[in-house]
Amino acid sequence: MAATNASKEQKYDRQLRLWGDHGQEALENAHVCLINATATGTEILKNLVLPGIGAFTIVDGHTVSGEDVGNNFFLSNNNIGKNRAQAATELLQELNSDVSGNYVEESPDKLLDNDPEFFHRFTVVIGVHLPESTCLRLGSVLWSASVPFLVCKTYGLIGYMRLVVQEHTVIESHPDNALEDLRLDQPFAEFKNHIQSYDLDSMAKKDHSHTPWVIVVAKYLAKWLSEHNSQPPKNYKEKEAFRQFIREGILKNENGVPEDEENFEEAIKNVNTALNPTKVPNSVEDLFNSEQCNNITSQSLSFWVMLRAVKDFVHKEGNGSLPVRGTIPDMIADSQKFINLQNVYREKAMQDAAAVSKHVECLLQSVGKPPESISEKDIKLFCKNASFLRVVRCRSLAEEYSVDSVNKDEITSCMDNPDSEMVFYLMLRAVDRFYQQHSRYPGTAKVYTDLSLKNSLNQMGAEPYQLVPFIGKGSNSTCRYGAAEPHTVAAFLGGSAAQEAIKIISHQFVPFSNTFIYNAMSQTSATLQL
Amino acid sequence: MNLLLFSLFREKKRRRVVELTEKMVVDGGTCEWEGRWNHVKKFLERSGPFTHPDFEPSTESLQFMLETCKILVIGAGGLGCELLKDLALSSFRNIHVVDMDTIDVSNLNRQFLFRPKDIGRPKADVAADFINSRIPGCCVVPHFKKIQDLDETFYRQFHIIVCGLDSIVARRWMNGMLLSLLVYEDGVLDPGSIIPLIDGGTEGFKGNARVILPGMTACIDCTLELYPPQVNFPMCTIASMPRLPEHCIEYVRMLLWPKETPFGGRKSLGLIIIKFDMRLTRPLLTNGVVLDGDDPEHIQWVYQRSLERAAEFNITGVTYRLTQGVVKRIIPAVASTNAVIAAACATEVFKIASSAYISLNNYMVFNDVDGLYTYTFEAERKENCSACSQVPVDLHFSPSSKLQEVLDYLTESASLQMKSPAITASVEGKNKTLYLQSVASIEQRTRPNLSKTLKELGLTDRQELAVADVTTPQTMLFRLSFTS
Repeated sequence: MAATNASKEQKYDRQLRLWGDHGQEALENAHVCLINATATGTEILKNLVLPGIGAFTIVDGHTVSGEDVGNNFFLSNNNIGKNRAQAATELLQELNSDVSGNYVEESPDKLLDNDPEFFHRFTVVIGVHLPESTCLRLGSVLWSASVPFLVCKTYGLIGYMRLVVQEHTVIESHPDNALEDLRLDQPFAEFKNHIQSYDLDSMAKKDHSHTPWVIVVAKYLAKWLSEHNSQPPKNYKEKEAFRQFIREGILKNENGVPEDEENFEEAIKNVNTALNPTKVPNSVEDLFNSEQCNNITSQSLSFWVMLRAVKDFVHKEGNGSLPVRGTIPDMIADSQKFINLQNVYREKAMQDAAAVSKHVECLLQSVGKPPESISEKDIKLFCKNASFLRVVRCRSLAEEYSVDSVNKDEITSCMDNPDSEMVFYLMLRAVDRFYQQHSRYPGTAKVYTDLSLKNSLNQMGAEPYQLVPFIGKGSNSTCRYGAAEPHTVAAFLGGSAAQEAIKIISHQFVPFSNTFIYNAMSQTSATLQL
Repeated sequence: MNLLLFSLFREKKRRRVVELTEKMVVDGGTCEWEGRWNHVKKFLERSGPFTHPDFEPSTESLQFMLETCKILVIGAGGLGCELLKDLALSSFRNIHVVDMDTIDVSNLNRQFLFRPKDIGRPKADVAADFINSRIPGCCVVPHFKKIQDLDETFYRQFHIIVCGLDSIVARRWMNGMLLSLLVYEDGVLDPGSIIPLIDGGTEGFKGNARVILPGMTACIDCTLELYPPQVNFPMCTIASMPRLPEHCIEYVRMLLWPKETPFGGRKSLGLIIIKFDMRLTRPLLTNGVVLDGDDPEHIQWVYQRSLERAAEFNITGVTYRLTQGVVKRIIPAVASTNAVIAAACATEVFKIASSAYISLNNYMVFNDVDGLYTYTFEAERKENCSACSQVPVDLHFSPSSKLQEVLDYLTESASLQMKSPAITASVEGKNKTLYLQSVASIEQRTRPNLSKTLKELGLTDRQELAVADVTTPQTMLFRLSFTS
């Protein structure tokens, strides 16, 4: 209804400016599963309910304890003794009436025993404080079903997240500092013509001072090339000379004093980046060389079909370059000159996108799919973001945990640095191992320096990791934590994990890969590949 | 640094453990239940290898946190709501919150203590009510006020102050207030007068959290260059050479609105009375209704006119959303970033109050656009910081410089970034207001001074100028240093 859409537009205004209406739509079609409504779990869910995910389901077989209520905003003391999934659902649901909340009063192990396909319906599954065995079982089910899995844990002052997704494609990565796509080193025909339509030497001062810097650089570059055997300025000395060359072009008044020409100053300032050679970024080349790109089938995702089409474009119409992006930065110029220049790039971008479209059609035809399967709009968006495409692939939990495929190199190289967060990863693994054996966490019995934690670590095959100097401090610290879940650490993880889930759901911005550790003692963090 | 901090807290604890506020009685019946503070106790009652060297585990710490420790939260918005929750669930019960705003529908995507029915009500009041009813025993006291409406007696009562503000001006004011509370005895700072300031800020997917010990560590003004001034579009672009849709919108906001005075007000007889000052973001209207970014009718008017302006120049891209964003200077915001930064700040509050761990030293930045990135470093104190160095800042000008140049320096220099400074000096034994903007009659009277030279104004070398501005609660002293 128009009324509800208008009020949602207002309510979500501040986040729509980040991920747009299409991103919001993806969120509203998502169904998130949370396993275990601990403080960490409910904090994560809060940051998904507030922005308006379609639905959530909490799976939790535990009953609410006094301790649970003490650190959890979404449990109250009259919930003590009730099922935790049900209790938390009520207070989370209350946050946003647009969201539909559900609960299952069951442990994940039971569900895995009786109905593993239960988990197939979710857009993403978030598992909090799962014992190792449950984690691995669930991980395997979700891996086969291609459902993204986010594992989270708060243990004392340490936060831990692990993303498990086979292949996650990102078209809109929204990079912070993207280089412009101006093609000054390889001006396309229409750009060349446009440059030629300017004659700087015969321009009146007003026009001269309001010519876009891109045109200024292009003009002077053309002159330079003709005087330097078609070699553009390459080293610092040559670039300095080029900058000076442009500076000499600034108009002078009757006394020989240079006028104030801001556009020329902009040109000089931008020489460095303007001379960057246009090339396909390595990350995109890698994608071109991947199996999914080269082997398009009727099962291929649109992402790979479009990528292959772009690759084909690069080798044909693009002459080794990606489709022109079509945007230019603002620059000192009068309106008409700027708009005309902008249109040159926009039109070229449209042309290139149309050519890519033809390749997409061919590819779709070749695998028996109708050309409408991928829209023009999607192809345009893909072309605009061609330099920024990203694909995230994580190893499975089975690979991480198996003694045969454990990432020893990453672990040993991190451990060279005594401040590395890697030590906490190993501690958490040892803690899980301890739990498997003793059915409790270290430090939760009366004596809280559990020496058996060290044994667990040893059992994990700790020696190859040369942990000896760190084990003492780390394990004592871990025992002190006694599986405490301080609210502030749970809340930090709550924000972090929720945003990663939003990235997975919306396919915008780039998720971490694959392990994130937060150390609240030093307020530092690390991302590890395990 | 941390030893000093620890002893300061110990001292405060000893002095205040006997003061029990009326509402802070730990009541076995309604407020407590078995195991409630288990998660917190493990940090207060056990020692460990990473804890503070002077930390002594005890059961008294929890009592201090529950009954005595007084925390002030500034702002009850995106960060403020999170902070109140985090502190309440970390065993703090004695919390005050200050916020001058009322609730808007666009707050609801992240300010989770508010509901649609609360729209229009003061944030501080609604936030306090929610926390107090959700967290039994917690007593949040709201203040629906500007921070400037409260005085040093108010601020002095707190052990720690946490800021979740959305304005640099307000942060600097708070910074200045806490600096003004510092007591020096024979040139030595009394640690008991230090109130730690934890400051958090967010913008989209970026954020930062920092710990400031006024008088000891880098203050807000020491690192002012980290917040470069907001860039506004040049006037000639807006007036005659628009290229972007934003330029069209600014044209309507700054030039067309005052000229056409829609929604009431009289047009002056053919003359457009607009004062142009490039440093201000609003023209000074002498007649007509001021553009209200929260009024959809106003925004609709600006949007339509912006479309017309854009059409004139073949510019595409003007949308309603963009219009509102430009007029209100909207900063995108989402729940997750606020949750992360507030949590980091609250962790620091807990560490300082309990002395259980060494606190952040002293600045952390966070960005989750691409993976999750944090960077932690120690921001350094600036030797000649205009706020905390206690040494009057030198102003180097020639006696033939005009007062306008001094004014420009105060507003444009990256290290000062003042908004509308009022300058007074002692001339021939009398206190003379050289220039003041905020009162129209005085502005008119002192405006001619701007084009006079410092010599003409009777100012001498090495003399002090006192400058007042919204960025600081206290007058800032400068010393004129004449160059030849």
